[in-house]
Amino acid sequence: MTSLSLRRETAQVRAARRRAPAAGAGPGRWAVLAALVVLAVVMLVPFAIVTLNALKTPAEYAANGPLALPGGIYLDGLVEFWNRVDFGRKLLNSFLISASVAVLAVTLAVLNAYALGIGRVRGRLWILVLFLMANTLPQEALVYPLYYIAKEVGLYDSRMAVILIFTVVQGAFGTYLLAAVLGDFPREIIEAAAMDGAGRWRILWRIVVPVSRPTLTVLAIFFFIWTWNEFFLPLVFLISNDNQTVPVALGVLQGDKMMDVTMSSASALLGIIPAVVFFLIFQRTLTRGVTVGAVK
Amino acid sequence: MHAPVTRPASPGAASEPPRRTRRGGGYWVYLVPSAVLFLAVVIVPFLMNIAISFTRWSGFGVPKWIGLDNYRKLLGDEIFWVSFQHNVALILAMAVIPTIAGLILAAALFDYIGRRFGSRTASALRAAYYLPQVLPVAVAGVVWGWMLHPSYGALNEILGAAGLGSLARNWLGDPDLALATVMAVMVWFQLGYPVVIFMAGLQRADPALSEAAEIDGASWWRRFWHVTVPQIRPEIFVVLLTCTIAALKVFGPIFVLTRGGPGQATNVPAYFSYQNFFQKANVGYGSAIATVLALIIVVVTFLFLRVQERKP
Repeated sequence: MTSLSLRRETAQVRAARRRAPAAGAGPGRWAVLAALVVLAVVMLVPFAIVTLNALKTPAEYAANGPLALPGGIYLDGLVEFWNRVDFGRKLLNSFLISASVAVLAVTLAVLNAYALGIGRVRGRLWILVLFLMANTLPQEALVYPLYYIAKEVGLYDSRMAVILIFTVVQGAFGTYLLAAVLGDFPREIIEAAAMDGAGRWRILWRIVVPVSRPTLTVLAIFFFIWTWNEFFLPLVFLISNDNQTVPVALGVLQGDKMMDVTMSSASALLGIIPAVVFFLIFQRTLTRGVTVGAVK
Repeated sequence: MHAPVTRPASPGAASEPPRRTRRGGGYWVYLVPSAVLFLAVVIVPFLMNIAISFTRWSGFGVPKWIGLDNYRKLLGDEIFWVSFQHNVALILAMAVIPTIAGLILAAALFDYIGRRFGSRTASALRAAYYLPQVLPVAVAGVVWGWMLHPSYGALNEILGAAGLGSLARNWLGDPDLALATVMAVMVWFQLGYPVVIFMAGLQRADPALSEAAEIDGASWWRRFWHVTVPQIRPEIFVVLLTCTIAALKVFGPIFVLTRGGPGQATNVPAYFSYQNFFQKANVGYGSAIATVLALIIVVVTFLFLRVQERKP
């Protein structure tokens, strides 16, 4: 992580140098800017329209169309949808599942990466390939046996089953990433600690984990968001209303005949809000994380 | 929806640290928890899935061994082939178009907007393009399912209000339009990802090369194509690979927007296998579809990595 941020800094310095005012900026530059702004508006329009109409009455929508501003803030659609699907419960489910996966998957990844990156156990390349395969496989190729096994052991329709599966899948990916990071871990620190008589277990928790904390945080945030966004396995495993996650509840109700036009819009808005909130909270870490290692 | 990109870990390539004879070995115990879970959640289910694909099974009772019959049926099944064609269309929409558009947008933002209007403008535009990417893909489907609803959808209402009512369509319900509509939604969803990755790549690229070419009188387009693109080739490969895999696996948007319909107009292998597993009780056949899909994804990944290695 240190080398990474260092690299970022040099890149920023270079970028800053390059942003020096360019000579000969033609009048066409406004045209380029306008085109890019128009595209940005197109990308954002669905968000705006959904928000606008989630706050209207169905009658207002019918009378004035989707682009008119709402006459007042009408929250009945939102409230009624919230109560009807017990949305607080869905938020809680999504949060519990995602947070558990984030913590457990990072723990698994740390243990694995310690053995692979620092311990350099034999056959580590093949182990990494195996882990990566797990992340590449379509979930459809695992789903039926998992569904069958879960039913046999009484884990079907439980949040536990989903937590377990995603812990393994995300942990496998985290291993792949962390093994490379820990492979660069300064050996002197570990050797010095070993000299002082620290055992491996102590070295892992007292030295490797604290030093790698920034990377582990990025991983945990990613695991949280990816798990939050998952749809297929939660759809199969969480069938009862009490266990469903936010995307599953919204996806299953999409186009439901019982919902009027503005309530449908409200349901979409309720799906958007948590995602955008996470984005705003984690934005800095996120953009850094997205690009981690894209650099060769 | 997709994994973030990362360089391939190559622990073998780095120079080995000096062997510490006494303390070496024994680290494998740290792999035990993962090994147990991995076996239970990935290896065993995957092998079971392959085994089931050689049987006829409704999910209850004893599976009946039928050898390669499911695969034979697959080869002659029109739905299967059509669903793969739709996958190719979605690779176009989720990998090819966003990569090309992302390259142009990233270069324009970084090179042009960043220089002439400041990096804050460029960052704001980048954030706007990226916003759809933060949504769960199922929620993106809910948003567009609402926008495109045949009776009250906002898009048709807006077209009507603009006097373009004749352009209004049943976007997701018309078999001739549904796939194109899903593709458009996926371009919207996917575009921000390459833009962000490529802009990061451009920060890494050496500006001196491009500046030298500019002094030599190379046009913007020539500099873009001959200087910028080769420098961010690793990013381009990673984006193409991860997006292609995502397109092959696509399920959520299809489930939410069209359920594979109308008819088979937007069916994809992932959804087709789901139908066989959980709606038609053809578990053996569903497993065969899933196995073939897994095989294709592995082959595609392998081919990508081979091509990437061969490049200088």
